[in-house]
Amino acid sequence: MKKTLFDKIWDSHIVESIPNGPDILYIDKHLIHEVTSPQAFNELKERQVPVFRPEKIVATADHNTPTQNQHLPVQDLLSRKQLKELTQNCEENNITLYGLGHPYNGIVHVMAPELGITQPGMTMVCGDSHTSTHGAFGTIAFGIGTSQVAQVFASQCLLVEKPKRLRVNLNGKLKNGVLPKDVILYIISKLGTNSGTGYFCEYAGNVFEEMSMEGRMTVCNMSIEMGARGGLIAPDETTFEYVKGREFAPKAAEYDKQLEYWKTLKTDEGAEFDQEYSFEAEDIEPMITYGTNPGMGIKLTGAIPTEGNKSDLKALAYMNFKPGEILLEKPINYIFIGSCTNSRIEDFRVSASYIKGKQKAENVYALIVPGSRQVASQIKEEGLDKIFEEAGFTLRQPGCSACLAMNDDKIPEGEYCVSTSNRNFEGRQGQGSRTILASPLTAAATAIAGKITDFTKSLN
Amino acid sequence: MEKFITLTDTAVPLDAENVDTDQIIPARFLKATDKSGFGENLFKDWRFKKDGTPNKDFVLNDPTYKGSILIAGNNFGCGSSREHAAWAIKAYGFKAVVSSYFADIFKGNALNNGVLPVQVSPEFLQELFQAVNANASQEIKIDLENQLIEITETGKSESFDIDPYKKTCLINGYDDIDFLVSKLKEIEKFEQSRTAKKDLVEKTW
Repeated sequence: MKKTLFDKIWDSHIVESIPNGPDILYIDKHLIHEVTSPQAFNELKERQVPVFRPEKIVATADHNTPTQNQHLPVQDLLSRKQLKELTQNCEENNITLYGLGHPYNGIVHVMAPELGITQPGMTMVCGDSHTSTHGAFGTIAFGIGTSQVAQVFASQCLLVEKPKRLRVNLNGKLKNGVLPKDVILYIISKLGTNSGTGYFCEYAGNVFEEMSMEGRMTVCNMSIEMGARGGLIAPDETTFEYVKGREFAPKAAEYDKQLEYWKTLKTDEGAEFDQEYSFEAEDIEPMITYGTNPGMGIKLTGAIPTEGNKSDLKALAYMNFKPGEILLEKPINYIFIGSCTNSRIEDFRVSASYIKGKQKAENVYALIVPGSRQVASQIKEEGLDKIFEEAGFTLRQPGCSACLAMNDDKIPEGEYCVSTSNRNFEGRQGQGSRTILASPLTAAATAIAGKITDFTKSLN
Repeated sequence: MEKFITLTDTAVPLDAENVDTDQIIPARFLKATDKSGFGENLFKDWRFKKDGTPNKDFVLNDPTYKGSILIAGNNFGCGSSREHAAWAIKAYGFKAVVSSYFADIFKGNALNNGVLPVQVSPEFLQELFQAVNANASQEIKIDLENQLIEITETGKSESFDIDPYKKTCLINGYDDIDFLVSKLKEIEKFEQSRTAKKDLVEKTW
């Protein structure tokens, strides 16, 4: 039988299928962080159930960490307590923790791929919806709730219904200035925020094949924003080259053996999908969002749709925008380049290349937050930090930061923020904040102009 | 876990689509390390103004509406995987949420906490909204055994789907951890067979 990539990986991880029920799915890697794990550890303690496979769990601290003075004790007492509990829980259960200050620390979806923890053909879960990021490696990776975190602790398995198969095809040549973030924002704007619910999405076509691993991670990261449980891209030479030599990647003969297997990880010609959509790369332009869900996106130079239902109008009222309004030239006081969507080295290279030799506008506070300690070091090595500093941008230490504003990195009430993160929900970046999602290039150009600007005119 | 068999109660109509888990429980309340206290922060920024006074326009503050059933617009629970959203809904006193669509992760989280997500057709959802808006003391009956939701006054009803395994869990109060722990031998066997096959990704670190 002809199988999709998703079927191949899923089926090889089924321990048992419950008749008329879910599958018992074996999980190769379980990533945890401070916010969604404490109650799961408590659950196990209460039941006196041990962690079954601690060596298959990796922990980091990212959601609730400050991006300044990470060498000092965390000021926020609740945050400090949560981080302390993560440390204790990991120690008690022999789980590897890359805590605050560790050279491997970073946003869970940035540090795991860069350490080679994420590998093709794996099943991976984390108590975080953006776990879909790891699908960029041809991995079945998805976010889970805390009860499920406890289930994986207890059994290294999950009881899950197999999602349906969805494929999004994108072929053609992307226009100058169009980044992977624009690609995924475009797809979500066309399909809507619940189009993927119940599905696992494979991205196929030459655009994804030609994309870097960083770009693929940006795309897969936002699969959840169209409701899909996860997204994945068949591994290829780009993937194998990226994984090779990384800290926890297989080495020497073991790598060769794995490589042989990884090369089989693709959808068979003629395999069937439950749903399929196709788009053309030439139709995509730099994108921005205007509402309070990631599906409310338009091209940078476009106008807000004039028609909408009650919820759409409520979103526009929150954003203080009007139907039909064009957002170009709109003054913006905050920009944020960071989050598990866009905080990898490539994101900072592309923004630095635009910023170089320019100055941010006076009205703008421009916040740059690398995804991991390793990305932060690379920024320094490549001299990007100087470019950001000279342009007046603020470069911080790694973490989730202003993407969800659990720490002090908040956007003030009523202010707009052009942000490279993944969610423009009401109050996501701080109470009353108004988020406009965009690519790192759009965010950088906004910071320089002090307003939303059509930067494509100035590109070569 | 508490059992869920039949629920007959009045409902609270939340007429908004794409209600994301950031609205259900804002991120700043996720610093807790236990499951208590989330009920008071349910829909915090919709329920309360910035000065802490209740927002009279929000349905949870409208004394007309009470009950343990929440009726909400399409695509309820989208966004973040935070189970704190399900804990908040449960702690506030809701036992079931009715919508025409639920985001996957929220649906699973609700079920794992004994809160029943009832997915109905968009047409029936509108009927529910109309019935409750017209008469706030209108009772809704949710019969899990027969997978039926009914507007008691008019007798109008619709059947709803639920995973048969999850249905059994809710009716009996079982949960997934107990079940998975009972399968550890099979899981170990699976691990051994994979190592033997040598054709799958194995631990390398």
